[in-house]
Amino acid sequence: MTAEIRNWVPVGQLEDIPREGARCVRNGEMTIAVFRTATDDIYALEDKCPHRNGPLSQGIVHDGCVTCPLHNWVISLETGTAQGADEGQTLAFPVRVEETRIYIDLSYSHEVA
Amino acid sequence: MNRKKLVIVGNGMAPGRMLEDLFEKNREAYDVTIFNAEPRVNYNRLMLSPVLSGEKTYEDIITHGDDWYAENGVTLHKSARVSEIDREARTVTSENGITASYDKLVIATGSSPFIIPLPGKDLDGVLTYRDLDDVERMLETAKRGGRAVVIGGGLLGLEAAAGLRMQGMDVTVLHLMPTLMERQLDPSAGFLLEEEFKRRGIDVRTKANSHEILGDDTGKVRGIRLDDGTEIEASIIVMAVGIRPSVDLARAIGLDTNRGILVGDDMRTSDENIFALGECVEHRGMCYGLVAPLYEMARVIAENLLDGVDAYAGSATATKLKVTGVDLYSAGDFAEGEDREEIVLRDASAGVYKRLVLKDNKIIGAVLYGETSDGPWFFDLLKKGTDVSEMRETLIFGQAYQGGAPLDPTAAVAALPDDAEICGCNGVCKGKIVGTIKEKGLTTLDGVRAHTKASNSCGTCTGLVEQLMQITLGDAYNPAAVTPMCGCTTLGHDDVRRLIKSKELKTIPAVMQELEWTSSGGCAKCRPALNYYLVSDWPDEYADDYQSRFINERVHANIQKDGTYSVVPRMWGGQTSSTELRAIADVVDKFSIPTVKVTGGQRIDMLGIRKEDLPAVWADLGKAGFVSGHAYAKGLRTVKTCVGTDWCRFGTQDSTGLGVRIEKFMWGSWTPAKVKMAVSGCPRNCAEATCKDVGVICVDSGYEIHFAGAAGLDIKGTEVLGLVKTEDEALEHIVAVVQMYREQGRYLERIYKWAKRIGYDEVRRQIMDDADKRKSYFDRFVFSQKFAQVDPWSERVSGKDKHEFRPMAVITREAAE
Ligand SMILES: Cc1cc2nc3c(=O)[nH]c(=O)nc-3n(C[C@H](O)[C@H](O)[C@H](O)COP(=O)(O)OP(=O)(O)OC[C@H]3O[C@@H](n4cnc5c(N)ncnc54)[C@H](O)[C@@H]3O)c2cc1C
Ligand code: SF4
Ligand code: SF4
Ligand code: FES
Repeated sequence: MTAEIRNWVPVGQLEDIPREGARCVRNGEMTIAVFRTATDDIYALEDKCPHRNGPLSQGIVHDGCVTCPLHNWVISLETGTAQGADEGQTLAFPVRVEETRIYIDLSYSHEVA
Repeated sequence: MNRKKLVIVGNGMAPGRMLEDLFEKNREAYDVTIFNAEPRVNYNRLMLSPVLSGEKTYEDIITHGDDWYAENGVTLHKSARVSEIDREARTVTSENGITASYDKLVIATGSSPFIIPLPGKDLDGVLTYRDLDDVERMLETAKRGGRAVVIGGGLLGLEAAAGLRMQGMDVTVLHLMPTLMERQLDPSAGFLLEEEFKRRGIDVRTKANSHEILGDDTGKVRGIRLDDGTEIEASIIVMAVGIRPSVDLARAIGLDTNRGILVGDDMRTSDENIFALGECVEHRGMCYGLVAPLYEMARVIAENLLDGVDAYAGSATATKLKVTGVDLYSAGDFAEGEDREEIVLRDASAGVYKRLVLKDNKIIGAVLYGETSDGPWFFDLLKKGTDVSEMRETLIFGQAYQGGAPLDPTAAVAALPDDAEICGCNGVCKGKIVGTIKEKGLTTLDGVRAHTKASNSCGTCTGLVEQLMQITLGDAYNPAAVTPMCGCTTLGHDDVRRLIKSKELKTIPAVMQELEWTSSGGCAKCRPALNYYLVSDWPDEYADDYQSRFINERVHANIQKDGTYSVVPRMWGGQTSSTELRAIADVVDKFSIPTVKVTGGQRIDMLGIRKEDLPAVWADLGKAGFVSGHAYAKGLRTVKTCVGTDWCRFGTQDSTGLGVRIEKFMWGSWTPAKVKMAVSGCPRNCAEATCKDVGVICVDSGYEIHFAGAAGLDIKGTEVLGLVKTEDEALEHIVAVVQMYREQGRYLERIYKWAKRIGYDEVRRQIMDDADKRKSYFDRFVFSQKFAQVDPWSERVSGKDKHEFRPMAVITREAAE
């Protein structure tokens, strides 16, 4: 049996992110976009649209999705998959919120299927 | 028989229920002793709010009176706070020196209100809301009148506020988050609740951060100051910002604790003879603040005390706000998610909002406002995980609608009696509408509106009226197909704009509620449109929602394909100077800006700037006098000019001067789509004014104003609006035509499309021929500019929206390994 290794890294507070907005977390070469919905749920995706690498952190957040600012693909915040007719997926990271602190698990991501 | 000894610490609602369960199963098993810090018997804490509002008395809310304890042989020590527990000897001792020994111990210490560590928190008059003593203190102050400030717009805070208001106090609620009860309600329901509280004369302030509680020389509260400097006078301050499980005692005796006292599914703590119960418990990572789960725990403990093996598996919870006249119910998880579906029902005239969240055909969350009778039914479906696919279509209408065949909506309208009211606003019944259609031979919705007033006010009965037309006229009725704004509504842009004005809707949640949006929070199509409509219609009242703006307008720069930004400062009328050019050159060097380019609008574009650098770039540009060129905005972009009479031998007027004047007058205004202008000094038209949204061709006799040109996806020469004699008149006409477009255009509709839609002659008639109309458009534009002409760059240089430009965190390599 392999033990699941989790690496929860604190990245900030709930209030750091505007509702229906996002903030970036730099992790070496990679940028992770951390989103906060209208209902205060937090999600983390690699800040890279599956279409042409648009920065998803800059999009409009709505209904559990973000609309990419470059060509309006709609990406699920939970799974990172493109919605509707578009196909593609970006990395999604597990998130944990304790009280108001946000943690991201960097060891783990839903790999592109 | 020698009975075993059961000792309970705390006499709240949870142990009260546990004892009932225990005695029902076996009255003989235990000798029971209770220690309670409060000086009284067991009462229903939930009902404190009706006591506060005066609708009930303390006697009404007692659960177990003194005789109950006598009858059941239970020893209750009142005013006896337990301070010591000896786990070896199995004894507990209270502060006032009473000791009792136990075989089994139940710790049920509940929780205590969280006190925000503000300066002044210890002043006389700062209260919390937890027990009867708090209520008595509030009632005493309320008698003296004055203002109460309640910090916290959650369940408790709002109940306290409503109660104090009913006791005749002026009440202000300060809430940190943008909407009330954000943990139980989605923003739409939170908005309705806020409106209701305001209607009751309660002053609700959201996004309000308390800074300091102010006192007088006698140590009494006199008011509160917020972070933004606002001061509010108050004779009491009630803090209702949350609760903390009371774990001190358990921790002191070495039980495992985290946020609460840790228990397993059998409700035992890390000591097998000690159970924990109620709000002080943490079970599978959850602490509960509502009674339903506590009652389930109580049942499990009662069973396990009798050597049974019952297990607690956690609970779903539902909340109801107990303020008379406010119906509100929320349960489960109503977050948005891609694998979730939602069903939304809004009935604006009745003030009803219902939202169900489904996942895998099961209800996982419900928010009901205004009409909550189906709450328990939905909650039951939620808890049971019932598959609802069979009743999906009618689910939201509630239990009463289930079972029958789904109604054909048109047949239902046809079946209505003649006196059935169709339009509530104007009191128009079905018979009147049908009669008028026949009598006047009406075939259009507008006709029916004009003759009967039906659906002329709030418009929510439009669907019904159309169905009546369908029934009355049959195929003769052919509704002009309106394209809905987006998937969240059936209304088109024009209807939405009309209703925003006529119903005085001033926030995005208000629009979505009143116009019965079918999604809870809108989408990327409708939100920016609504935001524009509200900015344009209520310039002084509406607070721009930046999260509903496209990124370029949110950060005031243009996003490029690699995620960097480009920056274009204003060059009024396309003129610049050596100082400005030098400043630009310095900025380009300092920030290693890779590309500098002259734009089609006679200014300079710096491309490839990193987002983090934007504020610093703007700061340097600002020092040289530059402001944002709004090259990213659905708003006034550029006014191109030629050199006119200043230099050109053909020039007839000061085209550069007029261009600069227009730009300085109109910059900063938001419009449905971008607006580009130009002024040419003579008909040779070097500034290419005849393919602009608005253009001016100067001639000897004055200024020929053009509009509705295009040189983008479509190419179209301008139409002539008219000729005016003076520069002042030219400005007034240009401003008026743009304002007319601002008020009527659909979001993203350029001027040429708008003008074609409503007719060039109509524009000419209103702007050229009707001086009053023109003047009023002009005045409204001028008014809105008061709020719009703020340089967004300098605002951000001085710190606005800091969060936009900085990463929230930078994870170093080591930490990420
Ligand atoms: C105004 C108000 C309205 C509410 N409305 C609702 C509602 O509508 N719906 C809902 O589900 N819930 C509501 N709640 C929450 C609900 O009342 C609580 O969840 C429930 O009462 C908690 O029960 P408990 O037995 O765990 O703790 P409590 O009822 O808090 O009892 C704990 C008792 O232990 C005593 N104590 C603490 N430490 C010691 C010690 N060391 N020694 C001896 N005694 C001690 C305390 O004095 C207290 O009397 C409301 C609460 C309040 C205050
Ligand atoms: S438009 Fe006329 S006035 Fe202006 S530069 Fe050209 S020729 Fe000269
Ligand atoms: S013409 Fe097309 S490619 Fe060129 S800047 Fe405009 S949008 Fe981009
Ligand atoms: S890069 Fe995201 S939609 Fe094209």
